[in-house]
Amino acid sequence: MRPNDRHYLPSHEWIKITGDTALIGITDFAVDELSSGNEGDLVYCDLPEVGRTLEDGETFGEIESVKAVADLNTPLAGEVVEINPAIEDHLEILSEDPWDRGWLIKIKLATKDTSKLLDAEGYEALLASQN
Amino acid sequence: MNKDLLLYEKSQPGRRTLRLGRLDVPAADLSALPAGALRRTPPDLPELGELELVRHYVRLSKKNVSIADSFYPLGSCTMKYNPVLNEAATAIPGFNAIHPLQDSGRVQGALAVMKRVADALAAVTGLPGVTLHPAAGAQGELTALLVAHRHFVETGQKQRKMVLIPDSAHGTNPASASIAGLQAVEVASGPDGLVDLDDLAAKLGEDTAVFMITNPSTLGLFETKIAKISEMVHAAGGLVYMDGANLNAILGVARPADFGVDMMHINLHKTFSTPHGGGGPGAGPICVTQELERYLPSPRVVEEEGGLRLDYDTPYSIGMLRGWAGNFGVLLRAYCYIRRLGAEGLLRVAQNAVLNANYLRVKLRGAFHVPYDRMCMHEFVCNTKNQREQGIHAVDVAKRLIDLGHHPMTIYFPLVVSEAMMIEPTETEAKETLDAFVADMLLIAEEAKHEPEKLHAAPVTTPVGRLDEGRAVKDPVLCYTCSH
Amino acid sequence: MPFIQNTDADRAAMLAAVGVKTLEDLFEGIPAELRHKGPLPIDAGLSEDELWSELQELASWNSTTTAGCFLGAGMYRHWWPRVVDALQGRQEFVTAYTPYQPEASQGTLTAFFEFQTMVAALTGMEVANASMYDGSSAAAEAVVMAANLTRGRDKVVVSRGVHPHTRRTITTYLEWTGLEVVEAPLGADGRTELGGLLDDKTCALVVQSPNTLGVIEDGAAQAAAAKQAGAISVACVYPIALGLLESPGAQGFDVAVGDGQSLGVPTAFGGPSFGLFATRLANVRRMPGRIVGQTVDGQGRRGFALTFQTREQHIRRAKATSNICTNNALIALRGAIYMAAAGPAGLREVAEHCLAKTQYAARELEALPGFSLRYGAGASFNEFVLDCPVPAAQVNRAVDAAGMIGGFEIGRWYPELGPNALLLAFTELTTRREIDALVRTLAPLAAAATVA
Repeated sequence: MRPNDRHYLPSHEWIKITGDTALIGITDFAVDELSSGNEGDLVYCDLPEVGRTLEDGETFGEIESVKAVADLNTPLAGEVVEINPAIEDHLEILSEDPWDRGWLIKIKLATKDTSKLLDAEGYEALLASQN
Repeated sequence: MNKDLLLYEKSQPGRRTLRLGRLDVPAADLSALPAGALRRTPPDLPELGELELVRHYVRLSKKNVSIADSFYPLGSCTMKYNPVLNEAATAIPGFNAIHPLQDSGRVQGALAVMKRVADALAAVTGLPGVTLHPAAGAQGELTALLVAHRHFVETGQKQRKMVLIPDSAHGTNPASASIAGLQAVEVASGPDGLVDLDDLAAKLGEDTAVFMITNPSTLGLFETKIAKISEMVHAAGGLVYMDGANLNAILGVARPADFGVDMMHINLHKTFSTPHGGGGPGAGPICVTQELERYLPSPRVVEEEGGLRLDYDTPYSIGMLRGWAGNFGVLLRAYCYIRRLGAEGLLRVAQNAVLNANYLRVKLRGAFHVPYDRMCMHEFVCNTKNQREQGIHAVDVAKRLIDLGHHPMTIYFPLVVSEAMMIEPTETEAKETLDAFVADMLLIAEEAKHEPEKLHAAPVTTPVGRLDEGRAVKDPVLCYTCSH
Repeated sequence: MPFIQNTDADRAAMLAAVGVKTLEDLFEGIPAELRHKGPLPIDAGLSEDELWSELQELASWNSTTTAGCFLGAGMYRHWWPRVVDALQGRQEFVTAYTPYQPEASQGTLTAFFEFQTMVAALTGMEVANASMYDGSSAAAEAVVMAANLTRGRDKVVVSRGVHPHTRRTITTYLEWTGLEVVEAPLGADGRTELGGLLDDKTCALVVQSPNTLGVIEDGAAQAAAAKQAGAISVACVYPIALGLLESPGAQGFDVAVGDGQSLGVPTAFGGPSFGLFATRLANVRRMPGRIVGQTVDGQGRRGFALTFQTREQHIRRAKATSNICTNNALIALRGAIYMAAAGPAGLREVAEHCLAKTQYAARELEALPGFSLRYGAGASFNEFVLDCPVPAAQVNRAVDAAGMIGGFEIGRWYPELGPNALLLAFTELTTRREIDALVRTLAPLAAAATVA
């Protein structure tokens, strides 16, 4: 079971809310799909500038492996207040610890309405149905 | 002695291969050139004598697997035999040493070759408007979408911007749509691998510009309902574009015009046997209906009293996508191929290509999973579903095939089949070659069960093993001198 | 049947294995009403010897450039060492496909890596790709890249001196992008006049040197002007000239593109040639086309593979940097072998010979009464505009009658130069005898015009 302290998008991003802000990252499943299990295959992550305002579901960046590329979408609207400085040079963090050290951006939430998002159970069910 | 050195590592100051004869006019007066025009440092090119140069490239050539030495069943690429005579034809001075700006009266032979190729392509497709201009299939696609865009603007239908593309399509389709100022919309495939008509119907409308279809599809299946699909697209006011990458399967059997296609490109480097050359040059002529012909790019070969000529000034033309009229050398090879085969030979090509593909399909379907296991066209897709428990992926099968002396099939394409292995034997392969390939594939299936590590370790017979492609991106070394 | 090896017996065995009776049964997926009835209207096939005779006849309808040819205007007749044919023509290069399986393609990949290195060296840039279709499409792709690098800017300034096919290709590629193409005019000296055209809306400046009128441009000043405006500067080059002339990289350009035809490629009625594309390392993620990179295998051995593939259409689809897939690899290989055969000294020698012949021809032709060089003798590398006392078409007819191929009637592309302007090109293959014969052919035209 994946962490139930956060919410998920079907496109494999997670969001963890703490007060007025939230951390956003991608799930272990996404990392695995992109890198075919080979952490060295993740090669590039394009993250937004601090200060950018994101709409619900907006694409804020991209992550690339040797042979694939995926958009990064925000589960909730908000303003980017921080990006994880360690990621750019150490993409292996995403394989090692996608849930904590592997967060990508921090946003100041414009809304806390999580009703359209999946919880951990819902996300697990989605993965099960796709396999 | 290290035989793997690069040109730059073999280079010795003062050596060279190219040396001209004595200058028969006074030496150049460099001071006459504008101030600052002269190069301050010579380009850092390697310096080699002729023998070292020959050895270098001969050794490199031996590190390639090619059709000339191995079975090369690369799906969707139609790696058929490339007739040697066709190469010789391009070396004839009357074709090789002619300039594209010569007076048309002095190049009637070249123009005749172009005209005859265009006529043959019109006969094969049933579409009368032909341009030989595009440099490759992707450029042909782009040309056709520009033609469509222009057509809709000219006919007051500017709002038609949507290009509907099945999810199994080649990546160039959506990429070309973007450049043509149109918007790609994906259409789902049904469980039978064919276009989902309900999804298509839902996406067709006033904004539909073009429906792009690869037929036979990248799954190697003929789109059985193509006539119905064309009817639906036409009823919605759109045009049907066919990606002709897989035309080889239907040469002489069915003409795209007869199932409603309005425009299509043809990869001469696939269907018409011009060599792939390590990734080109190709040629991507397009054929269109009479209605769309006037939008085709310039120049066009036109017939007038007194002969043929290139017309660069065609009204309504979308313009040019490259310099000059086309990849003439490639057109000439295709001409030779068409002339050798004739109408009957072209039909035999399709028949034997489809027979070879189906033969491999029935021989391999026990060991490997074939998701759409029915009569295929020139190619079929299987995958490693049966090998999943052993942790074997398509890439492992591909790499092991290299060790067994074959070039691998296309892997991970089309995207709609996971772990896809797309196999296209082409008509030029002999039965015993197919049998040998089958035997090796069955061996691999056995190895997957008992010695999976052998597959993971492959290839071991090649100059290098599996490469760290992540490092190539993260720590890019893209030229020799910049890293020194 | 040519090229099909299976016999009727093979086919019978295979049909049985598939479980059908006839070849027609294999096509059950194609509805009967869509099948073509009867043979296609294409002539019956020929044997190899019959085809060879036909080819010889067709070829004989063409006049070759081998007896003296002063046509250039974007394609030039140069010498290449015959090792270029022998090595490029090896079946292992000719009949391989795109090197998607690097272990089975180290030959092609190594050759591309070296090609990229040589193109970068020649153009003075940091990176080059593994080739484009040709010079014109490379220039159009450079403009698209420039627009992506400078988002929000929508003006493209293209010099009128850029080859008209390249200008037209740029316009065609950009038609629906919302970018506006503005032409920078040529001055009386044949050089581009940028005036106040470059501004904070300009994403790209495209210039060519020597330009289509044969005039060497002031590249350094153009690159500096673009830089000041924040635009990406794109230089269209003639690779042979770079043996002698300053590289775009040293002049400060951001991108160098060009047609590789002069590097060992026959003119062959316009193609196939190949395109060069080189730029700064910082732009590599926006660069179109295939790129080869160096890496290592599990044992630490050096190897080469396609890299930055996520830029490309087969992965990024609608968002790819370009739709290019097949490029002109085999012709680029010719270019690589040519550059390696020439080396810096050979390339400089070829360039100096081109210049020497051009200067000789300029002096001889200028001495003819009624003829003059439009932009003076010092402006050119290997091509110049000759103003004739009679229409250029008439001059060309006389040259044709003398068994040679004349120049290009440049008024067809630049009407402002008038019908009497003739663009003449000279290379290391142009002999003094040919130039002297040209002069002898033109002399009476001058006299006739004076009398009239």
